[in-house]
Amino acid sequence: MSKTIVIDPITRIEGHAKISLFLDEQGEVSDARFHVVEYRGFEKFCEGRPFTEMAGITARICGICPVSHLLAAAKTGDKILAVQIPPAAVKLRRLMNLAQLTQSHALSFFHLSSPDFLLGWDSDPAKRNIFGLIAANPDLARAGIRLRQFGQTIIELLGARKIHAAWTVPGGVRSPLTPEGRAWIIERLPESFETINLALDLFKNLLDNFQTEVENFGKFPSLFMGLVSPTGEWEHYDGHLRFTDSEGNIVADHLSEDNYQDFIGESVENWSYLKFPYYKPLGYPEGMYRVGPLARINICSGFGTEAADRELQELRDRAGGVPTSSFYYHYARLVEILGCLERIARLMEDPDLLSPRVRAVGGVNNLNAIGVSEAPRGTLFHHYQVDDNGLIEKVNLIIATGNNNLAMNKTITQIAKHYIHGSEITEGMLNRVEAGIRCYDPCLSCSTHAAGQMPLHIQLVSFDGTILQEVYRD
Amino acid sequence: MSVKTLTINDTPVAVEAGATILEAAKQAGITIPTLCHLEGVSDVGACRLCLVEIKGINKLLPACVTEVAEGMEVQTETAKLREYRKMTVELLFSEGNHVCSVCVANGACELQDMAVTVGMDHSRFSYRFPDRPIDISHPSFAIDHNRCILCTRCVRVCAEIEGAHVWDVANRGEKCYVISGLDQPWGEVNACTSCGKCVEACPTGAIFHKGETTGEKTSDPGLLDFLVTARKKQQWIR
Repeated sequence: MSKTIVIDPITRIEGHAKISLFLDEQGEVSDARFHVVEYRGFEKFCEGRPFTEMAGITARICGICPVSHLLAAAKTGDKILAVQIPPAAVKLRRLMNLAQLTQSHALSFFHLSSPDFLLGWDSDPAKRNIFGLIAANPDLARAGIRLRQFGQTIIELLGARKIHAAWTVPGGVRSPLTPEGRAWIIERLPESFETINLALDLFKNLLDNFQTEVENFGKFPSLFMGLVSPTGEWEHYDGHLRFTDSEGNIVADHLSEDNYQDFIGESVENWSYLKFPYYKPLGYPEGMYRVGPLARINICSGFGTEAADRELQELRDRAGGVPTSSFYYHYARLVEILGCLERIARLMEDPDLLSPRVRAVGGVNNLNAIGVSEAPRGTLFHHYQVDDNGLIEKVNLIIATGNNNLAMNKTITQIAKHYIHGSEITEGMLNRVEAGIRCYDPCLSCSTHAAGQMPLHIQLVSFDGTILQEVYRD
Repeated sequence: MSVKTLTINDTPVAVEAGATILEAAKQAGITIPTLCHLEGVSDVGACRLCLVEIKGINKLLPACVTEVAEGMEVQTETAKLREYRKMTVELLFSEGNHVCSVCVANGACELQDMAVTVGMDHSRFSYRFPDRPIDISHPSFAIDHNRCILCTRCVRVCAEIEGAHVWDVANRGEKCYVISGLDQPWGEVNACTSCGKCVEACPTGAIFHKGETTGEKTSDPGLLDFLVTARKKQQWIR
């Protein structure tokens, strides 16, 4: 049977994954489990640190989306200071998050997932990666890499470094954008628009051939959660939380992160280090919800920008309403990039970005604070309790990937049930299970930095617990 | 004024009697690595990085507190000294909790620079991961004992320049740490004038301005020397 590890507290993840498949007496898949088998311990070792250091420390959770933690930590810090940060700081933080969404989504689509679409699910695994893509379609690969570079460079222009730029601070940010930085962004925007339009056209052309994947890669009803603006539009930094169902009905709206414990529960299983958040009113595990690009486009009324709204409408038309298949995460990611680029273009006209008034100063005025931001992978919560001097007493982090944990498990179960019959596991099946996880672009793939090479351990377990076959990929 | 002559690394040097080997080396343009030495305050020989070899003396002596003598033959860059210096820095890193990537002094830290200078790329000694506290009770400053290397520059700068003597050293060995007042929270020590000289004196991120985040601490190494010598030099502006 699956390996059982009990460690309290169960917390952060990064890196390796393991999947167990369980067979019934007839040799059919009855269950599948996605195990996250690494322990990070951030919630524990942050205890005792000054809250002002939290952005710098928690950013180290991830090398792909450190900006999300920088933002969530800084927003939590703003609340501890009880300050309203300068308008320029809000816009600059937004710019950095838009840049991050762009670069992370570009990485997910071009570097990690597109080899599956373009080279084939069953193609030679030795070539099914970014290098294979470069060989097969060098122009597309280069454009994708440069789109990611566009996002990364904006982050560097703001925070002085691409990764782990400790630039957001409680009360605002450290420095504004320079005129030279703005000029660079404006110059590179047209190329970025061109690339994303190319990718959208490509993906839409391919989609008709992927109907089996659309039907089996996590197509099931679930709730969707994310931030929306006060008017219900797509949001990534502020606004309020909203839950919708698979029919597009609003289940709960105008929720504040301050009360997240009222509507989000966190369950644990002894076979994974990743927590299982769920929507409390429906209980565990019925309260399964999804976050991330697909959720964000499902809960909002629209982007509020012309091109992204047009693409969103087309996506909804193609899905025949609310897209519920996790395969659409890829599509949603591309539409989000377009929306981000449009918002970046809009921000470039804002003189506030160059304002030197970017940081509010305050003392410790709240001892309990919760910050939220939309990471590329979904909604991220930071919850700190501090003492009178501002030393951390307790930390709770709900990482975006964690929100999708129940859905990821259900997705691989669905894929395994469709593709596995009997006792033999083929490489193509392994790749499809892996691709099911990759739809969600979890932080696991970030850490391995490998396309099509996510370390996997698949066990085929019969009804009496006997392991029929094990496949490893390191 | 009597003068002593000696050689440092085979270079003849003539200095005022009573000068230290460190001062003599500086006059001769020879750099000896230091961490606990601070221009403007007394020396204590705490960090052991300035150890030198002296012909005829069987043990290594700290250059900062050893007076020159007539005919002394000093070596500052032998293979043995280089190895010991590297080992000393490794021990400093393994003794405390030094995490540069999230430290306020990242990029402006003398310990970090010293690791580069002596060529330390890892520590051969097991990290102790001691459980040390952080005191941020002061309204303007904070001390993180995890990053303290016990150089006592804060102790000396506070006692000798500011004249407040807020800082001192308690206990011995692995339990040794700097204390404020009578081992009180810093914010409760009435003697503290909140001048901030200890922040300037601290070579690492142990003492910093409250609210500073990763890499925000800046270093102004000449400030304290300027304060001490301003009257003598009649130089009031830098």
